Amino acid sequence: MNYSIAFRTIVTKEIFRFIRIWPQTLLPPAITTALYFLIFGKLIGDRIGTISGASYMDYIVPGIILMSVISHSYANVVSSFYSTKFQRNIEELLVAPIPNWVILSGYVSGGIIRGLLVGVVVALISLLFTDININNIAITLTIAVLTAAVFSLAGFINAILAESFDDISIIPNFVLTPLSYLGGVFYSVDMLPGVWQTISMGNPILYMINAFRYGLIGVTDIDIQLSFIITGGFIVTLTLFSLYLLHKGIGIKN
Amino acid sequence: MNALSLRNLKKTYNNGFDALKGIDLDVEAGDFFALLGPNGAGKSTAIGIISSLVNASSGSVSIFGHDLIREQAKAKSCLGLVPQEVNFNQFDTVKSILLNQAGYYGTPRKLALQRTEHCLKQMDLWDRRDTVSRRLSGGMKRRVMIARALVHAPKLLILDEPTAGVDIEIRRSMWNMMQEVNQQGTTIILTTHYLEEAESLCRNIAIINHGRIIENSDMASLLARLHIEHFVLDLARPIAAAPVIEGCQIELVTDKTLAVAIPKEHGLNKLFSQLTAQNIEVISLKNKTNRLEQLFMDLIDSNPTGAKR
Repeated sequence: MNYSIAFRTIVTKEIFRFIRIWPQTLLPPAITTALYFLIFGKLIGDRIGTISGASYMDYIVPGIILMSVISHSYANVVSSFYSTKFQRNIEELLVAPIPNWVILSGYVSGGIIRGLLVGVVVALISLLFTDININNIAITLTIAVLTAAVFSLAGFINAILAESFDDISIIPNFVLTPLSYLGGVFYSVDMLPGVWQTISMGNPILYMINAFRYGLIGVTDIDIQLSFIITGGFIVTLTLFSLYLLHKGIGIKN
Repeated sequence: MNALSLRNLKKTYNNGFDALKGIDLDVEAGDFFALLGPNGAGKSTAIGIISSLVNASSGSVSIFGHDLIREQAKAKSCLGLVPQEVNFNQFDTVKSILLNQAGYYGTPRKLALQRTEHCLKQMDLWDRRDTVSRRLSGGMKRRVMIARALVHAPKLLILDEPTAGVDIEIRRSMWNMMQEVNQQGTTIILTTHYLEEAESLCRNIAIINHGRIIENSDMASLLARLHIEHFVLDLARPIAAAPVIEGCQIELVTDKTLAVAIPKEHGLNKLFSQLTAQNIEVISLKNKTNRLEQLFMDLIDSNPTGAKR
């Protein structure tokens, strides 16, 4: 059985889906982040000065790019897979001879591709406000892909467990957005008082944003190796949990 | 060779409801098989397990000799499912629904395009290939689901109430399509509440009630068991009271209509002679109920708990 065709079919379907609705998927991050760069980077940033030797604009660019990658990779999988469940066309996948790992990797790949595409759009917008000289392209791309994978997997689990459209908006609104804002997008963790620094260390997004910032502009508050270990650990854990849910049919089978 | 074999298939839902209480069933390759039962009898659960949409509590499913658990990919490749309710992506075009389905089964693109064209033409939908599916009529949506189920050329096709809610004209054309598919070698299992559909299409039949198979035989033998047939007779002239004929039960419906229950051995010729002798002229007759419907009701009524026969 040639699973590569099934995998390509799912990925292609996912790409067509988010391109077909580009005013909902690709346009909003361009507008929102342009406003971030204008207000925080340009208007307020000019008064803040530098952080770790980087201008405030340069400092927030990596965080805003990765924040967009995170929210869009998550949103793509959670909305697409939940809609598939809601419309019951998940039955097409369950009846077909597709192993669970192919279903998972297809949807996660769709999420990664949308996350990265949005990341590119935001990076291009940022070029209107500053010049980016990439410090380490390999680290930049690797951590972007891994981060997109983590949040695509998280979106997949959310979609499997969700029983209503409310359930797919709770995590993005009440968990993902606060963690992203508190993950050092707009500030260095060193600027926080002691106890908040310690609490911030429990936020996985902090590690991803710092690794990405290091890749892009060479500035980080965190050990890069630790960032990769934590991100990799999340991928392994979430993958195994997703496969367990699919195997048991939780949320998708009777 | 059996297209489908179920052995001691059981399903207990989380709320404790025993939907299937140990089903054994064989469907031969090439058959057009009816799986009937009242609502809640266990048909949909059985079909759900066969098509991997429901997890069985115990027992085994084998499709063309491939165990559904141990040889999942091979077993699933043999199966096509037309579900009761529309379950394709309503935002996709008809063509992309079929192409995606072919892709899920690992069909190379070129072959997928050929099969998509063939199936859409077979279901009289080729002209609608670029239409977004939500804009189709109910009958067309049902035909899309049949075309989708056929696009990977399954050896076993399960049709779960495929004609529910469609008008008689579309239903008849779908019957022709199903017969054509069966004649091309695809085994078909049909569930339906239209018993005339099962009677005219299917060669073998199983009836399920309360999670058990209460009848499993060929259609002809089952129908042969019907001892009493019910007819409605239209009369040439009005009469005041129902005639009395020994062995038959006759009821006056209107002054020109009789409802007659007649044992098979009595014979229609004898009945007509007896009516003529009483100066009653019959101008037309029709079956009061479908024959299978009568048997079905008898079987269900005589088996209120679904006990094995």
